[in-house]
Amino acid sequence: MANLAASLQHHFADFKQQKESVVLGMWSFLVQEVMFFGGLFVTYVVYRSQYPDAFHEGAMQLSSVLGGFNTIVLICSSLTMAMAVHAASKGNRGAIAFWLVLTIVFGSIFLGVKVVEYKEKFDHGFIPGIADHGLRVNHETHQPRPTGFALYFGLYFAMTGLHAIHMLIGIPILAIIAINGLRGKYGPEYYTPVEMTGLYWHFVDIVWIFLFPLLYLIGAH
Amino acid sequence: MSTPNHTASTHSEEENYLTNETTIQSWLLTKDHKRIALLYLISVTLFFTLGGLFASIVRLELLTPAGDLLSSEFYNQAFTSHGVMMVFFFLIPAVPAVLGNFLIPLMVGAKDLAFPKINLLSWYIFMVGATFAIFAVLTGGLDTGWTLYPPYSSTYSQSRVALAVAGVFIAGFASILTGVNFIATIHRMRAPGLTWFRLPLFVWAHYATSLVMVLGTPVIAITMVLLFLERVFGFGFFDPAKGGDPVLFQHLFWFYSHPAVYIMILPAMGVISEIISTFSRQKLFGYSFVAMSSLAIAILGFLVWGHHMFTTSQSAYTGILFSALTFLVAIPSAIKAFNWTATLYKGSVSWETPMLFAFGFMGLFLIGGLTGLFLATMGMDIHLQDTYFVVSHFHYIMVGGGVMGYMGGIHFWWPKITGRMYSNFWSKLSALLIFAGFNFTFFPQFILGYMGMPRRYHSYPEEWQVLNVMSTLGASILAIGYALPAFYLTYSLIRGKKAPANPWGATGLEWKTASPPPPHNFHETPIVTTEAYDYQSLPLSETPEKEGVHHG
Amino acid sequence: MSAPASPAMHPAEPHAEPHHEEHHGPTVKMYFAIFFALAILTVVTVLAAMFDFAPMLGKEMGGFVNNLVALGIACTKAALVVLFFMHVKYENKLVGLAVVASVIWLAFLILITMSDYLTRTPAWADWKLFSR
Repeated sequence: MANLAASLQHHFADFKQQKESVVLGMWSFLVQEVMFFGGLFVTYVVYRSQYPDAFHEGAMQLSSVLGGFNTIVLICSSLTMAMAVHAASKGNRGAIAFWLVLTIVFGSIFLGVKVVEYKEKFDHGFIPGIADHGLRVNHETHQPRPTGFALYFGLYFAMTGLHAIHMLIGIPILAIIAINGLRGKYGPEYYTPVEMTGLYWHFVDIVWIFLFPLLYLIGAH
Repeated sequence: MSTPNHTASTHSEEENYLTNETTIQSWLLTKDHKRIALLYLISVTLFFTLGGLFASIVRLELLTPAGDLLSSEFYNQAFTSHGVMMVFFFLIPAVPAVLGNFLIPLMVGAKDLAFPKINLLSWYIFMVGATFAIFAVLTGGLDTGWTLYPPYSSTYSQSRVALAVAGVFIAGFASILTGVNFIATIHRMRAPGLTWFRLPLFVWAHYATSLVMVLGTPVIAITMVLLFLERVFGFGFFDPAKGGDPVLFQHLFWFYSHPAVYIMILPAMGVISEIISTFSRQKLFGYSFVAMSSLAIAILGFLVWGHHMFTTSQSAYTGILFSALTFLVAIPSAIKAFNWTATLYKGSVSWETPMLFAFGFMGLFLIGGLTGLFLATMGMDIHLQDTYFVVSHFHYIMVGGGVMGYMGGIHFWWPKITGRMYSNFWSKLSALLIFAGFNFTFFPQFILGYMGMPRRYHSYPEEWQVLNVMSTLGASILAIGYALPAFYLTYSLIRGKKAPANPWGATGLEWKTASPPPPHNFHETPIVTTEAYDYQSLPLSETPEKEGVHHG
Repeated sequence: MSAPASPAMHPAEPHAEPHHEEHHGPTVKMYFAIFFALAILTVVTVLAAMFDFAPMLGKEMGGFVNNLVALGIACTKAALVVLFFMHVKYENKLVGLAVVASVIWLAFLILITMSDYLTRTPAWADWKLFSR
């Protein structure tokens, strides 16, 4: 077991103060994350209320199957993350790494599906500024797309893109924590980094819990 | 207040945080909050100077009614660069990142902030953001106004919008990380006995500011992302041709930028509370009211942003809501002003340099705040919006208030930070020049605005020249006032008298340790047993020498 | 917390309180139960979204109910993740306050901005409502 004393930073009086400070710091960071995504959510609310039919038409271009599958995948990853934290609280080196690797696998599956989805959007020309020929005209009916259709896709990419970036940042962090876990850095007295990583990962899951119905399911009927 | 560290003066020969290590590495890779504060001091001084240069260009052009010095395009760049530099790279970081970083661990009796490495990271993030912004300004410029409104910024401007927007985005995270650090530190790292209501008001002010930083800054960050996507990829959020609304940008922008002005003023108000109390030698009157008023400002400040949008297509009904809430947010500020004044009553008032700045603050902030009420009134704002009245209002608050608070704080804690005293004569002269120069610069602008002179124009009708010349002359005096400290403060580092632990006879844990402090702040963790501003319990050796009164 | 001795002198003394916190918290069984609840709620939200309330309630009300159900389920799922996976149910009040504050601030942003968009129609601009 690695030197526990080395895990207590010198400016803290004891582990309790360190843990409490880190927890509060992490939650303060998550509060700002809520507001960060919040700017996109308010943009969504404004434009969907203005252009409900265009948003509906936009959502119909998405696959609720893929979106639903990805939602389940992320929920699985939250479970495995919670199990990793639990393993860390028991100091079970192998289990920590196991559950974290599973979390990475689920996260990677999610991102893989997103690549498939984004490619599909590219083929249909639904990406503003990059491949946007499908945003102005419906290539099947040759009718113009309603106003707000482009805004829907702008929001789709901004929201899922920002979410995906958060996952891309999270996965290497999971890997580092997994390696540290294997090395025996975490145990019942100190497993704060695993917990904090868990908080971040769960937050990213929560964002998707809202993105799925708001972006995908509004085209369901 | 606590068991006084009477060995403070004998430790002054020991190593302090400046002398313990002297390599470049020990500065650039420091985790010591005191050194990080000095890194920020150097940075914000640089950006203040840059912003000041742009202001000089603006005022030079406005000496004459014709737009004869600069093209209108270049003039747009001048006032934009002035605003961007001053708002994002000076006013927002100045008091919190310099004085807050240095003092908060000392004031709560801790060895450092909760997250020293994140503190250093925040300085690097700040510098990267500043580099992007300055690079934008120097290579092609930015001409949209610091407010970056689309559709000009998203579609028509030929200037370096994307780059500047990236700089603002990045710098925002420095602010957020500072806020996170302060919140964790103030909640969890207070010394034994230091309950919330024994904290110095400077700490309360920074706590409230940190709440604003954490809740507000991410919104401008995402707004910059949206503007970037709009400009570079044509996403259309703010483009009417695609169904977007430029006013939505304004909602998102001002949701942060209004609370941002409270990020700029609350810490300065915290400084003023410390100075007024010290130089009246009285407990701050209405301590708990002043503490709570900081929180009230932080919260209410989030509910008034639409008062920047009265003359847009924003609904008049929403406007009414914003107008009413804006009147409400003036109240906690007024509470502070009344309590500061009451603190002076029957106090033993002395006129050291920090007190001169504090008095300057009180007068100028009062005028700035009162003129805000005119602007909060929708009917009046229709006439005053986008005139020099607005320009003068916010300069009274941000410069007459914010910068005076910063300068007062620098002068108050300079002995603690550097271990040196500075020249009384030159510092008082500087304070007076700043006060006089400021009023000559900005009071005429209230009149100009009332008469209808628009802001952001490089030319104006002949009949307004006298007032504009007065304003530019005032700006020259102001510039001298700001330049002087560079000289006498630098001189103090070389030849200044060595400062004792508590030269002003102030209360507060930071005055219980040596000037400059040892690397880990205190030799023993302080234990707090008295209320804040308890001048009675100061030993005689720490009551300041006054003229004609000598200690044994 | 009194004047600290060097923490390195007490490496083998884990503090009682953190230990207690660790024993407070969901069990493995609870984690799996929450997982199943989240999965089921996901299925429910998909089915509810596919259900058209318009024949029953009219187009506007129908759409409103769809939105309400979707958001309600999303909030429930989020609450389960926050309370159990993120341990907020077992943390101190300050963490709970942070969660509530973020929701309230997001609400400020959305509600007040929407109050602008919802009250902008020409009828309102003409003050017709007040001249009745």
